[in-house]
Amino acid sequence: MDTREIILDVKNLNTSFISDQKEIKIVKDVSFQLKRGKTLAVVGESGCGKSVTMNSIMRFTGKNAIVKADNIQYNALRGDKIEEYHLEQIDKPNGAKMRALRGADLSMVFQDPMSSLNPVYKVGDQVAEGLLQHNKGMTKAQAREKVLTMFKKLGIPDPEERINCYPHQFSGGMKQRVVIAIAMICNPELIICDEPTTALDVTIQAQIMDLLKELQVKEGKSIILITHNMGLVAEMADEVCVMYMGRVVEFGSLEDIFDRTSHPYTKALLRSVPVLGLANGQKLETIPGSTPNPADLKAGCEFADRCPECTDKCRGKAIPTYEVSKGHLVRCVKYDTYPEVK
Amino acid sequence: MTTDKKEVIFRIKDLRTWFPITKGMFKKVVGHVKAVDGVSLDVYRGETIGIVGESGCGKSTFGKTAMMLEKPTSGEVLYCYDGEFKDITKFNKEEMFEFRKKVQMVFQDPYSALNPQKKIYSSFEEPLKVHGMTDQKEREATMEKVLKMVNIQPDYLMRYPHEFSGGQRQRLCIARALEVMPEVLICDEPVSALDVSIQAQVLNLMKEIQKEMNLTYLFIAHDLSVVQYMSDRIVVMYLGKIVEIADSTALYEEPLHPYTKALLSAIPVADIHIKKERQILEGEVPSPIHKPNGCPFHNRCPKCMEICKTKEPDMVHYGAEGHMVACHLYKNEEMDGEKEA
Amino acid sequence: MRVNLQEQKSTASSSLLKKNVRKFMRNKLAVIGLFVVVLMTIACIIGAIAGVDYNTPVLTEMKKAPGNGHLFGTDTIGRDLFARVLIGGCYSILIGVFCAVLSSVIGAVLGAVAGFFGGKTDAILVRVSEIFQAFPQLVLVMMLVAIVNKRGLTNLLFIFVVTGWMTTFRMVRNEYMSLKGETYVKVCEAFGMSGNNIMFKQILPNVMSPIIVSTTTNVAFFILQEASLSFIGLGVADSTPTWGNILNAAKSISIVTDQWWIWVFPGLAISLFVLAINFLGDGLRDVLDAKQQ
Repeated sequence: MDTREIILDVKNLNTSFISDQKEIKIVKDVSFQLKRGKTLAVVGESGCGKSVTMNSIMRFTGKNAIVKADNIQYNALRGDKIEEYHLEQIDKPNGAKMRALRGADLSMVFQDPMSSLNPVYKVGDQVAEGLLQHNKGMTKAQAREKVLTMFKKLGIPDPEERINCYPHQFSGGMKQRVVIAIAMICNPELIICDEPTTALDVTIQAQIMDLLKELQVKEGKSIILITHNMGLVAEMADEVCVMYMGRVVEFGSLEDIFDRTSHPYTKALLRSVPVLGLANGQKLETIPGSTPNPADLKAGCEFADRCPECTDKCRGKAIPTYEVSKGHLVRCVKYDTYPEVK
Repeated sequence: MTTDKKEVIFRIKDLRTWFPITKGMFKKVVGHVKAVDGVSLDVYRGETIGIVGESGCGKSTFGKTAMMLEKPTSGEVLYCYDGEFKDITKFNKEEMFEFRKKVQMVFQDPYSALNPQKKIYSSFEEPLKVHGMTDQKEREATMEKVLKMVNIQPDYLMRYPHEFSGGQRQRLCIARALEVMPEVLICDEPVSALDVSIQAQVLNLMKEIQKEMNLTYLFIAHDLSVVQYMSDRIVVMYLGKIVEIADSTALYEEPLHPYTKALLSAIPVADIHIKKERQILEGEVPSPIHKPNGCPFHNRCPKCMEICKTKEPDMVHYGAEGHMVACHLYKNEEMDGEKEA
Repeated sequence: MRVNLQEQKSTASSSLLKKNVRKFMRNKLAVIGLFVVVLMTIACIIGAIAGVDYNTPVLTEMKKAPGNGHLFGTDTIGRDLFARVLIGGCYSILIGVFCAVLSSVIGAVLGAVAGFFGGKTDAILVRVSEIFQAFPQLVLVMMLVAIVNKRGLTNLLFIFVVTGWMTTFRMVRNEYMSLKGETYVKVCEAFGMSGNNIMFKQILPNVMSPIIVSTTTNVAFFILQEASLSFIGLGVADSTPTWGNILNAAKSISIVTDQWWIWVFPGLAISLFVLAINFLGDGLRDVLDAKQQ
């Protein structure tokens, strides 16, 4: 593996939760690679395990979670040297090692800007917090200077005044900018955005997405974008990872996913969402049924019960992943003529 | 589509719903949240009229006021009873109670729309009982009928709401609203709380039911693509006012109001070959307490003129029939004015 | 379909009940609490039915230690303590349950009205409850005793109910305020259901669980209140034994040091019962709290 090109390499990540004395698998054998300076979109419906995957990588999962992985490797670029971190080997999820990485190298933007900010502290202080934490010896004045520059960069008007405001004085879109400022302030290489615009209006969503895109182009950040909106994926992503019931069902470049859509679930996802300019009388395709309960899944393909192309081969045994073209992986028995990926 | 042949079922005239903001011990009124601020609209029988706008534009309040779940501050809501219009804002208790059978509502959150302590059966039975269906057999027959419409097995009636998925719950909510055989269904964001793979199911189901029962829909949503899929006509609202009304295809193909244009361009398209020019609006929706003078949109409008800052634009007809817009860029068609300044 | 539905009706509710019972059984403390509460109540009732002699002083048997036909010993004038604790338990539990239930009913109804209608009704009711809250219970009891010139059970019950409904009131009011905004309430309004119907048939079942839990813990509270008032001599008349009244006899230093059984047994009865009730209440909270389901 080229550690210079790949920033994050995840292999066979499994996360399960203990509930009611039973172990429920939420994330199953998830593997993906993120290239440096690119955007990876993780798409799926609620409950498909996309957030849990990211939380497992960041080690944010609670005490009742069991995280196992063959490899979660983060390759940091320090000057021209590459430093490798194996996140799965860090034993204390909230120990010093993990905390040193969070914020400074890996950071996260959460879905709900309303509850991501602490209402009793000034936003400027909340942004500066991470700086002071990661840079011992930095004075408050220096931190303030940096926060101001960041606010200007993120297009927050009147930064000198706004820095002393409390979160409730900000609108939703502005709050999300502050949250992004918190994530960006220590200049991390990898930003994980967990549904960053779901709680926002479309015109504000457009603003925020524009901002993220600009940050990426200008500063070469790597972004993981978690979303359920295929439109955002088409606009933002370089590579796409489609998840269903805790598994990666299709992984590939933007063109692979949109032009050479292979997995029935991805196809259904693309066709069942209303798009603008649909002709009168044209009907949306529906995916029958609803997402199964992760506690009682049958063996075989999780999508089998809802799949229009389901055959006997789909049930009973584990479904391998096939590589239909270079870098385009599909977990569906339809493609069993292609080479299997281990 | 010619609108004059159609029968108007709902006529809303200059509707305003203001919520007072009170302060201090004596609840002195210090201002108003002008959620709906002068909306006039005709709804025709059998059509789906979509109402779209960003959060805080007053679309939900408009829906609630149209069926008197909120009291309007001023204005009239006329409902057609066999060709005769009656103002429902002046209805007394009994008239109101009868009106409830005509217009029903489907709410946004299917998770809290069913009483968690009650079985579906009793949640379904209560409205029928209240509306005077005393025979249990008849009630059960009605319940079975509406459940069949939304493709849910009748024996699910004995379950509790928590045993259903979001999509099933929303279908149950629709079924319950249909029990009293309404003529109009006001749908307030009926699919926004649902998973993407479930949305299409519910939307298609709603279309089928509409055909079957000749229902009129007031379809309120923030997602323009969903609204466009569902509606015959679309109303775009901004800060408690209507800025544009048009047939749904016309709105998509020829949007007039700068806000509509921005809204359309802000929607991400799930197609990597369409690289559309993105027009990003600056700033955010102003607070409905302190509305800007003149056109409510002028401080974000890319085509703002001097007149916009002082004078509020009126609704004018422009372009295709039934296409109306509230913007100073457009003059009434008869005046043969220039297209865009 | 009719038969089918009826069948389903019973299985659905029984499965929910089973689930709740299982959940309750898993909470060991709550089960122990329930067991102790039931056991003590039954013992007291059996004692009352059997007509144990609790009131005849036998002067030769004064201050006898436990044993010898007196399980708990005898008190200062030779009455059998075991019998007194049993009968006292009847009164104490009666006072606790009666006051708790009645104050819950009053609090729930007023809370429902205040929370549901809001506005002026709410403002007035909240002020009234605050006035009652500010009134010291002790002074009220003393006043009433002075006015009626008699210490009696009814006085105490009256005072307890009048001064005890506010906690339930405020809880129910807050619940109603938040539940009023739930969509299912809006749905009912959209169907034109009356305020009474929505208030009591639709919302009340959702508030029942916290009411039941607070009633349970209120039983313990009122038993303690009665005990402390009786202990200082303001409670029920001496002729009626309650756990507090029995304790009252143990006020002197000599009894505390020399005749331990006179105060240990009624004291133990109070503590055990109150503790058991609180465990039970906690267990019920776990089972009934809708947010955890």
